[in-house]
Amino acid sequence: MALSKETVRYVADLSRIELRPEELEELSRQLEAILEFIDQLDKADIAGVEPTSHVAGLANVMRDDVPVSSLPVEKTLANAPHKEGGYFVVPKVIE
Amino acid sequence: MDLHRLTAHELSDRLKKKEATPEDIFSSLQKRLAETEGKVKAFVRLADGRLGQIRRTPPQLHGRNAGLLSGIPVCIKDNICTEGLATECCSRILAGFKPPYDATVIRRLHEAGALVLDAKTNMDEFAFGSSTENSCFGPTHNPWDLDRVPGGSSGGSAAAVAADETILAVGSDTGGSIRQPASFCGVVGMKPTYGRVSRYGLIAFASSLDQIGPFAKDVHDCALLLEAIAGHDPMDSTSADIPVPDYTKSLGKDIKNIRIGIPREYFVEGMDPEVKTIVTEAIEKLKSLGASTHEVTLAHTQYAVPVYYIVATAEASSNLARFDGVQYGLRVKASRMIDMYKRTRGEGFGAEAKRRILLGTFALSHGYYDAYYLRALKVRTLIKNDFDKIFKQFDCIVTPTSPTPAFTIGERAQDPLQMYLSDIYTISANLAGIPGISVPCGFTKKKLPVGLQILGKPFDEETLIRTAHAYEQKTRWNKTRPSL
Repeated sequence: MALSKETVRYVADLSRIELRPEELEELSRQLEAILEFIDQLDKADIAGVEPTSHVAGLANVMRDDVPVSSLPVEKTLANAPHKEGGYFVVPKVIE
Repeated sequence: MDLHRLTAHELSDRLKKKEATPEDIFSSLQKRLAETEGKVKAFVRLADGRLGQIRRTPPQLHGRNAGLLSGIPVCIKDNICTEGLATECCSRILAGFKPPYDATVIRRLHEAGALVLDAKTNMDEFAFGSSTENSCFGPTHNPWDLDRVPGGSSGGSAAAVAADETILAVGSDTGGSIRQPASFCGVVGMKPTYGRVSRYGLIAFASSLDQIGPFAKDVHDCALLLEAIAGHDPMDSTSADIPVPDYTKSLGKDIKNIRIGIPREYFVEGMDPEVKTIVTEAIEKLKSLGASTHEVTLAHTQYAVPVYYIVATAEASSNLARFDGVQYGLRVKASRMIDMYKRTRGEGFGAEAKRRILLGTFALSHGYYDAYYLRALKVRTLIKNDFDKIFKQFDCIVTPTSPTPAFTIGERAQDPLQMYLSDIYTISANLAGIPGISVPCGFTKKKLPVGLQILGKPFDEETLIRTAHAYEQKTRWNKTRPSL
């Protein structure tokens, strides 16, 4: 299908990815070619066919409700780009 | 003594007879690495381009596989978590990430006595690719021809085994990422059945397709490594609670009553004529060993690549949402939260990662979900049904692993679609969840390896090992090594 630059910009926004103008140009062109290729799926006869999201055939796999130790706070925070007082720190969200 | 050239089972014999020590094996690998790694670049983040040390874990032998791989070095793909050892998926966005825990496969390797190398192998960023060119560390070079790619995405693991820089390697396969590089590098590689090996600690790409698996120099070693890492894990709810057989019992068995299906859709246009000849000869060899072969049809083969690039990218777009500059890796500063997310992800992800996240987000977005994502899931059912039907009559399916031998570095880098088509023979197995192995089956005139793919029924890795081993015993392609 034809893919407008507006659509790509919208999808990039949903994906939380900032694109440079030249990236937007290139990605629009490439994604359009890929979607054109994918459009051959329209030829498949899917009438009455159930979707397969997963092949394992498992549902609601539960563990016993037994408490086990979890990662200590300092290990959990060890990789954080910004941390303070046992918390992840992010830019202010509420004005 | 060139211990690095030996297989794991050969080294195990020497260790048992006290003809070598694990230290001897380690120093042999060190020496080899110093000679070859500058050309191959199979590993990432090596200090001074050399292997600094081996992760010498104190013996933790226990459980059913205690000692199975005692003293045998194994290297790990950069998307499998190793506690305290950088694991970055070869992406800028995970720069500096040191996992706080070991993946289940690492724990199992320790229990089996293996020496997990303190160096991770190169890969396409987040396993997005078929050439290992999409790595933020630059490409790995194919040991058979340094101007060519090793395949991907587990190209570093495949090249390290082919170059005798490790004895065994672990990779992951979402659409062919173990089998295709195994084929390009002339080694054995297997994608086990979905659920056979725990994915706990594998940084997720496409959760319904990803599977961890072994790389080895021969089928015997592949069986040993699979046995060490397979089995149910409560930490991965999709891992199957099915007993793990002793895979080495499948070695040395004849294949006289094996019924092999040859899918006609896999031998059509786009296939390299040399690959076709070599694979056809391999099928004749299987017949001469007593297997019966019949042409079969996998009627929906043409849809496998398009279905894959919807399903895999949709799942990836969701899985990669976690890389947001908060908990680990790169953060690009901004005064507003939303801008911090966007800039971090804009700078942190490479071109192919952006392409796939955008494609996946598009396929899941309002107005396109039914036309793309849901339709792809339905066609996936048709592809799976094709395999179910064949496996009612046949024990396995034999195909080429890849339509071409290794291509040159840069050749397909500018054309994503062309790159996607290099996985045309491997992708269906991930969509259907079935196991597949690639075993060397010959060389082109330019001395590039070609791989034979054997696909099997779910949880019947034994037939793959049995068939591949019988073939390997009669052909010995794996005895030819690249000259580096």
